[in-house]
Amino acid sequence: MKRLVLAAALAGFATTATAADLKICVEGAYPPFSEVTPSGEIVGFDIDIANALCGAMGKSCEMVQTEWDGIIPALIEGKCDAIIASMSITEERKKAVDFTEKYYYTPAKFIGREGAGLSDTPEGMKGKVVGVQRGTIHQDYMEGKFPGVELRLYGTQDEAYLDLQAGRVDAVVADSVAMDYGFLRTDAGKGFAFFGGDHYDPAFHGPGAGIAVRKDDDALEAALNKAIKDIRASGEYTAIANKYFDFDVYGS
Amino acid sequence: MNFEIIAAAWPMFAKGVWITLHLTVLALAVGFVIALPAALSLHQKGRFHRVWGAYVYVFRGTPLLVQTYLIYYGLSQFDWVRSSYLWGAPAFLGDSWLAGVWPSLKSAWWCALIAFSLNSGAYQAEILRGGLSVVPKGEIEGAKSLGLNPSQVTRLVLLPSALRRALPQYGNEIVFMLHGSVVASVITIQDILGAGRTLNARHYVAYEGFLTAAALYMAITFAVVWAFRQVERRYLRHLNIRPVRTKGAQAPGLAGIGGVALR
Repeated sequence: MKRLVLAAALAGFATTATAADLKICVEGAYPPFSEVTPSGEIVGFDIDIANALCGAMGKSCEMVQTEWDGIIPALIEGKCDAIIASMSITEERKKAVDFTEKYYYTPAKFIGREGAGLSDTPEGMKGKVVGVQRGTIHQDYMEGKFPGVELRLYGTQDEAYLDLQAGRVDAVVADSVAMDYGFLRTDAGKGFAFFGGDHYDPAFHGPGAGIAVRKDDDALEAALNKAIKDIRASGEYTAIANKYFDFDVYGS
Repeated sequence: MNFEIIAAAWPMFAKGVWITLHLTVLALAVGFVIALPAALSLHQKGRFHRVWGAYVYVFRGTPLLVQTYLIYYGLSQFDWVRSSYLWGAPAFLGDSWLAGVWPSLKSAWWCALIAFSLNSGAYQAEILRGGLSVVPKGEIEGAKSLGLNPSQVTRLVLLPSALRRALPQYGNEIVFMLHGSVVASVITIQDILGAGRTLNARHYVAYEGFLTAAALYMAITFAVVWAFRQVERRYLRHLNIRPVRTKGAQAPGLAGIGGVALR
């Protein structure tokens, strides 16, 4: 009997290793690019793009939900084969992983309480408390260019919004579209607004969001690059983008 | 393992050690202040023992992470909390020192300290209550027969005796609280684990930050355990079985005299 129970328990482990061709690391707390629905399903632009790319490559894919600050190690250690999680292509990350071409580009911006009269310059933000997600280009950018700012690091973007609402931080800096659709246009975002212009510094922000693969995985990188071109050409990309955005998210 | 990035991040870890120790020590101290009346009330079935019982039940029954989240992200959702003195020092205090140490729920540090203190207080109350319940009746009767009044009995006999008996579990609670304090890192506090996570995130590595954090926690734990062994050796001496002396021509049958064996 004991042996039977043990066998059943082991079988339980075995079934979790499904036979998908590819495992894709996604995040799940970065609306509208990825979020978890109340029923526990993971949805969003990143997820739709991932499924479309897998379809274009003729492969079956499994989404692996991963914490943002452990997502690159998860890829390197083989817990997944690619990261489709709105990850900006940067020189620093290229030391650890390879990237495909971008699959979208949107600029970084600040948000804060409406009418707070904040200025988005290093001088204007001096002494202010700013929330960023840990391990993002926005953390690097703030540390590099806004030395007078008191930085708060969050595990997810959603936690940064909570503290902005609570007034613990004066501003949050992140991707403008993620903040617009994921926060400002929701009920929670009432009373908050963008301030200042787009922030773009090639040294920090890079050419846009790409798909990360392991350094030795050239075949997958090539296949994904081709798949991005294919869904761009077939109109599938536009159809997905139109589901979420009223502007061209691919960028110029 | 990349030791260079660990060495370069050393100041961050040093700050993390300070924050972790600071939080843990304060939480244990505040927890003790809460636990003392709680344990006495629970032990003596005092007037508020049901209230204390509910407090202990709730805080031992829920995870520290959930408590911390509820205090940090939960309370801040209410406008009345944010517009009250719970959120910030009253304006008339100005820049005085009192405003500087005001327990404001706006600060992550205070939220962590409040959550940790309440949690540790519940555990310490239970530890102390256990210690109180095993104090031999004879000690109390002896104290009474010397003419001590009830408060003197509690202060001079009951509590010191219970505290000594609770020492080993107390050592455990300190270690648990130290390890529990990693929860601070999820509410933006850069403690030891926070420093490790930041290191990992900055260099896209999986182990370096966590292993460094683990080594630091282990070093502190061993220091605590060692210190407690010294304290126990001193204060629990009277409970030890004394080593049997076999020096000289003592008859083997009398070897147990003076020890516990013959009692």
